[in-house]
Amino acid sequence: MTTLLLPRRRRLPFRLTPSAALGVAIILFYAVLAVFAPQLAPYGEAEIVGSQFELWSEAFPLGTDNLGRDVLSRLIYGARNTIGITLTATFLAFVIGTGFGLWAAGKGGAVDRFLSTAVNVFMSIPLLIFALLLLALFGTSLVSLVVIVALLEATRVYRVVRAVAMNVMVSDYVEVARVRGEGLLWILWSEVLPNIRISLFAELGLRFCFIFLLISGLSFLGLGIQPPAADWGSMVKEYSALIAYGDITPLLPAGAIATLSISVNLVVDWLVRSRTQR
Amino acid sequence: MKNLINLILWKVALGVLTLFAVSLIIFTGVQMLPGDFATEILGQAATAEAVAAIRESLGLDLPAHQRYFAWVGDLLTGDFGTAFSSGRDVAELIGPRLWNTVFLAGLTAMIAVPVALALGLICAVYRDSWFDRAVNFVTLASISFPEFFVAYVLMLWLAVNAGLLPVLSDVDINSTLSERIYLSILPALTLTLGVLAHMVRMTKISLVSLLENEYIETARLKGNSELRVLARHALPNAWAPVANVVALNLAYLITGVVVVEAVFVYPGMGQLMVDAVQVRDIPVVQSCALIFAVAYVLVNLAADVISTATNPRLLHPK
Repeated sequence: MTTLLLPRRRRLPFRLTPSAALGVAIILFYAVLAVFAPQLAPYGEAEIVGSQFELWSEAFPLGTDNLGRDVLSRLIYGARNTIGITLTATFLAFVIGTGFGLWAAGKGGAVDRFLSTAVNVFMSIPLLIFALLLLALFGTSLVSLVVIVALLEATRVYRVVRAVAMNVMVSDYVEVARVRGEGLLWILWSEVLPNIRISLFAELGLRFCFIFLLISGLSFLGLGIQPPAADWGSMVKEYSALIAYGDITPLLPAGAIATLSISVNLVVDWLVRSRTQR
Repeated sequence: MKNLINLILWKVALGVLTLFAVSLIIFTGVQMLPGDFATEILGQAATAEAVAAIRESLGLDLPAHQRYFAWVGDLLTGDFGTAFSSGRDVAELIGPRLWNTVFLAGLTAMIAVPVALALGLICAVYRDSWFDRAVNFVTLASISFPEFFVAYVLMLWLAVNAGLLPVLSDVDINSTLSERIYLSILPALTLTLGVLAHMVRMTKISLVSLLENEYIETARLKGNSELRVLARHALPNAWAPVANVVALNLAYLITGVVVVEAVFVYPGMGQLMVDAVQVRDIPVVQSCALIFAVAYVLVNLAADVISTATNPRLLHPK
């Protein structure tokens, strides 16, 4: 009985559904590939080890590519490059979007109106088109790619964070903290942020997926991660000629993108569901 | 009725304001270009005099606001400038490409919209059936798949293995309508799959909330058949959500076409823009971006106006 009287600790749900478990397993698999790429790959990332477009054999389990590089090794290094760059851009987008979103929700008034109008105007241009325009202006270097993608996606993060933080800002405990004389920064950090963390996690997962698909799409178009770095999006483009001969090699990197992104979505779906059911 | 007209005029005004802001963003973006058009054209090694001459001939020495209005004025009279790479008129480059892309988007909408609405209706009426759950799962999958994955799977399956359709969609001006449809069907199918799941889900959600209204319950209790309840009581109120679904579909197509056109080497606007970005042909990129953005704003505006104009509460005020 006493447990009922104690305030219940709110915890993240830890019981995985089968689909979420599958998602977690696949994510872990790619994470291991990404971290241990140099140890796991049979050959180097850009090492030319055979002749062009060799078939699948014992030496080259998935054949070689248009320059005679090992496809399996490039897939493994691709995990590292693609996921690494996506994580960097996601992190940046999150810091910027969350920062401004919390600021707008906390300050309200003119700050909120200005930021929200600006974000709305930016969002009236389709994201991919905006990214293409900016890439044309600033060139297709790795730095400009990450910064452009992060800034554009940050507008989406801002919208979500502002909306959920607004709800918390009008709650009684924030009112109490205000009356107690706490500063805005303290309120945002200790009252608002902990209470929106599950929405933030869900948004983080979704945003990772969108950024992952956007960067892969740009790489596929030849505007993202540049050769000789191995990357799943550009690998699809490099191997695309093979599809006309009924060779499924181009589907391997494309499938890697699809499976990772669906796994993250499965986990996000589970996170959102298990929260709304409580 | 007067309220309704005011509301619509207000939305149109907001749309025009958005268009103004969008053109301003694109213009400012190009102004931020390191160096400017003159150094872009001549390269870094150009002499100061040559740069100054080009700057004057392009009007780059004028203040920014004058250049902005000159640019918008040119656009409105159909003058999109000259491409850096080919020296050709941008409007001439874009013209046939724009038509191809509109054709592809139109074909996709003709397939996707009726199918999505029908499936959405089925899912809403037979909620939580196996069919509904299957659609739910496919939705999640298709949102996660990159367009090129779907495109290559379809290409391998329908074009290479089954030999039913061409691998590449190289339409040109001389293609007849039937040739055009034959060549465009594979990219259109890819785009349909990309947008279908989303549309089905949205249709279902809006219909489900519609069917939970009390007047639907009343209509059922009066002893109407389920079909009559749907046709007479639910669907007349479904215009707004349906318009939104269609608009979202079209808005998605605007970015979807870029990747899909690249896969099938379809000569549309998306291809043109990607090629121009690769060689940093700014006038072409700028014009393409503007056209895509204007189309996006207009589609969203149209949906907004339609869903306002067909709202029964506004049409028949108490």
